[in-house]
Amino acid sequence: MNAIEAEKLTKEFQIYQSRKGLTGAFRDLFNRNYRTIRAVNEVNISIPQGEMVGYIGENGAGKSTTIKMLTGILQPTSGELKVNGFDPHNQREEFVKTIGVVFGQRSQLWWDIAVQESFTLLQKVYRVDNQKLLDRMIEVLNIGELLDQPVRKLSLGQRMRCELVASLIHQPSLLFLDEPTIGLDVLVKENIRQFLREMNKEFGTTILLTTHDLTDIEALCSRVIMLDKGNIIYDGGLTKLKQEWGEGKKIHLELDQEISLEHLGQLTEALPVTWSKNEANTKLFTASLQGNSVTASEVLSLLVTSGVPIHEMQIQEVSTEEIVRKIYQEG
Amino acid sequence: MLAMYKEVIRIRFLMMLAYRVNYYSGIIIYSINIGAYVFLWHAVYGGKPSIQGFTAIQMATYIAISWMARAFYYNNLDREIAEEIRDGSVAIQIIRPYSYLMVKVFQGFGEGLFRLFLFSIPGMIIVSFIYPIQLTTNPLVWTQFLISLLFGFIVNVEVNLIVGLFAFFILNNQGILWAKRFLVDLLSGLIIPISFFPAVLQKIFAFLPFQAISYIPSNTLVKGLSIHQWLPAIGVQFVWTIILALICWGFWSKARKTLIVQGG
Repeated sequence: MNAIEAEKLTKEFQIYQSRKGLTGAFRDLFNRNYRTIRAVNEVNISIPQGEMVGYIGENGAGKSTTIKMLTGILQPTSGELKVNGFDPHNQREEFVKTIGVVFGQRSQLWWDIAVQESFTLLQKVYRVDNQKLLDRMIEVLNIGELLDQPVRKLSLGQRMRCELVASLIHQPSLLFLDEPTIGLDVLVKENIRQFLREMNKEFGTTILLTTHDLTDIEALCSRVIMLDKGNIIYDGGLTKLKQEWGEGKKIHLELDQEISLEHLGQLTEALPVTWSKNEANTKLFTASLQGNSVTASEVLSLLVTSGVPIHEMQIQEVSTEEIVRKIYQEG
Repeated sequence: MLAMYKEVIRIRFLMMLAYRVNYYSGIIIYSINIGAYVFLWHAVYGGKPSIQGFTAIQMATYIAISWMARAFYYNNLDREIAEEIRDGSVAIQIIRPYSYLMVKVFQGFGEGLFRLFLFSIPGMIIVSFIYPIQLTTNPLVWTQFLISLLFGFIVNVEVNLIVGLFAFFILNNQGILWAKRFLVDLLSGLIIPISFFPAVLQKIFAFLPFQAISYIPSNTLVKGLSIHQWLPAIGVQFVWTIILALICWGFWSKARKTLIVQGG
């Protein structure tokens, strides 16, 4: 059984449009203008049990709306949806026992009371008594010292680690993470990623991760779903994404002596390479490789055999971030 | 299930304790309110033995009891629900395997119990020393009062839930919250006993749920109603409990369908 199975999932909102000016405001009192917006447009998603999937898209692309439908908060306008075998909206109480959710921007802990009390209440809410799992999560995420502090006194990183524990207290088979690492420092991020990997490996927890931080996705997910204006524009492996869109590796060279650009261009005439020169330091050159047909070593061996005096070199891969930026820009 | 609601009540206790200053200032505000109304009515009576079936002492007792009962049944669930809807944190509640409204009811109950034991009862003892009031020692009347008070609490909570849920449809109901608060205080008989209103208004009030909140329990204790008088009164409270529960449920199912979680 797939953890998530969505077919032609659609959500429309009625947006109220206000008219301009004072007379407009008066007219609005009696007759309102509504406009229908399609936030998610006939999306098909299928995620097998145990997979970690990154869900990305620009602000307003419809990510949060999708997550809200998948978690049963919003009712889809149309389409088929089965999550963990349930209809999330209509079988809510049964369904939500099988999922965990972390909203990076909202706390699910009780603000004014100690963290420990929230955990106890959640254990009662989910009717579980698995102190061993809880103790282990507390240890791995290193929050033992925070347990008796009220949530409002925690730092963002401390709170987020507690949120994670809270969302996994009932050992759900499916975990939704909506921007869990927003505003966190590198160490906390690494700690959280490590923890998520462990949970996935040990309990086979399916994880759907929404984020703007692509390093999260690189660190955790093998598959990416990309959303734009309510439509899925990419669904597949991260490596494939890089191959398809990630053209243009770069080689930065520092030479022992100045060489003219024309000379370098002649040397690599046979290969699809363009050269550029650093304006400030005339010994620095950059070779941009086009497509995936040529490797860095081919270029380098050609240069070395032609006697170009290379002092230092650096090969720059295209980052996922750049790829995604490119996709967003090209729409 | 029960363990969960017990825990909800416990958490609410802890939250109330986290805001101790509110608690202390509440005691002062309630004492001042009781004092003001006792002296006001003292002036209105001006030596007359009884008005509308209330003697001066019964009136003072009625005021003290009504305010102390209010400490028990009053809560801000309407505002909490409205706020949770407005800032979108209702989403967190919906992904929990419980009934949102029932948890709210028990949060209100936890708050009520906290105030009853740490506020109303000590407050009542203090007030009975200061003002000329007379409390019955008949345990049957007290039992009747407590049952009636519990129904008063439920009716008030239901009114709060309904008003709070309005936020689902209009997304900002600050004005309604204020109006409701004033209406409940006035029409429930907290400020003026229902029997003091003109006959026409009394007839209208009989069709509203508000007197079930305060007037019926307070009147039960002050007048020491006999069982024959008490049963119809509690019947009215019970009927309102059911009617309002149905309205709550209807609102909630409708609200869940049209829910738009704002922000994020």
